[in-house]
Amino acid sequence: MWVYEKKLQYPVKVGKCDPRMARYLIEQYGGADGELSAALRYLNQRYTIPGKVIGLLNDIGTEEFAHLEMIATMVYKLTKDATPEMMEAAGLAPHYVNHDNALYYENAGGVPWTATYIAAKGDPIADLYEDIAAEEKARATYQWLIDMTDDVDIQDSLKFLRQREIIHSLRFREAVEILKADREQKKMY
Amino acid sequence: MLDNQLREWRPYVSPLDPCPPILIKTYVVPPNQYIHYQPMNLPQFTLDEAIRKGTLWPALYSPYMSRRKAKGG
Repeated sequence: MWVYEKKLQYPVKVGKCDPRMARYLIEQYGGADGELSAALRYLNQRYTIPGKVIGLLNDIGTEEFAHLEMIATMVYKLTKDATPEMMEAAGLAPHYVNHDNALYYENAGGVPWTATYIAAKGDPIADLYEDIAAEEKARATYQWLIDMTDDVDIQDSLKFLRQREIIHSLRFREAVEILKADREQKKMY
Repeated sequence: MLDNQLREWRPYVSPLDPCPPILIKTYVVPPNQYIHYQPMNLPQFTLDEAIRKGTLWPALYSPYMSRRKAKGG
């Protein structure tokens, strides 16, 4: 179970009315390398990973949901007061006709989220390398999102999220080291 | 801090390129790539600073500057 804290992991402030940016940010909401994919990937893999690293996947998977909330907050703030005309001008007319101003798990191209974005191979090394790659891809996505806006408030939150991807990547690589560590041990039979 | 995290490379430029060429392209190599396993007792940011930056350790910190040019650029 989870204990919910009714606040964001990092403050989200949006400095200007720019529904266009919501359309790009949705990539990290329902995209292949987005926060939903990350959370579900780790929280699912944790069941079949060696005990020494279950806790890591549990903690990082949980943090990904906190990131998902931050992205959702940005998208919501950017679109909640957008008129149909503003949505259309931002390229969000296809979204509007299907969802009004509701959020939806889709990528920046409007493709709905799919479970094929996440893998669970059951092999601990394979799964952890997938996780490392996912973190670096998410880091890159945050870089390109930062490039797409001149709103320093959004950039600030995105830079925090980008930094967390870097830390998570390192932690997953440490997990690989933990699982590799037995090699030096002498086994007596 | 960013200086040593940015790598530069020069893509091929054709005389027939339709757009003004970008002569130097860059990419980021974050510090996590050089740490196999984080050593104990690394220097730490102050807590206020750490909570804003997203990491407790300067050795793991990676700033990012937007590639977008400043207004009018």
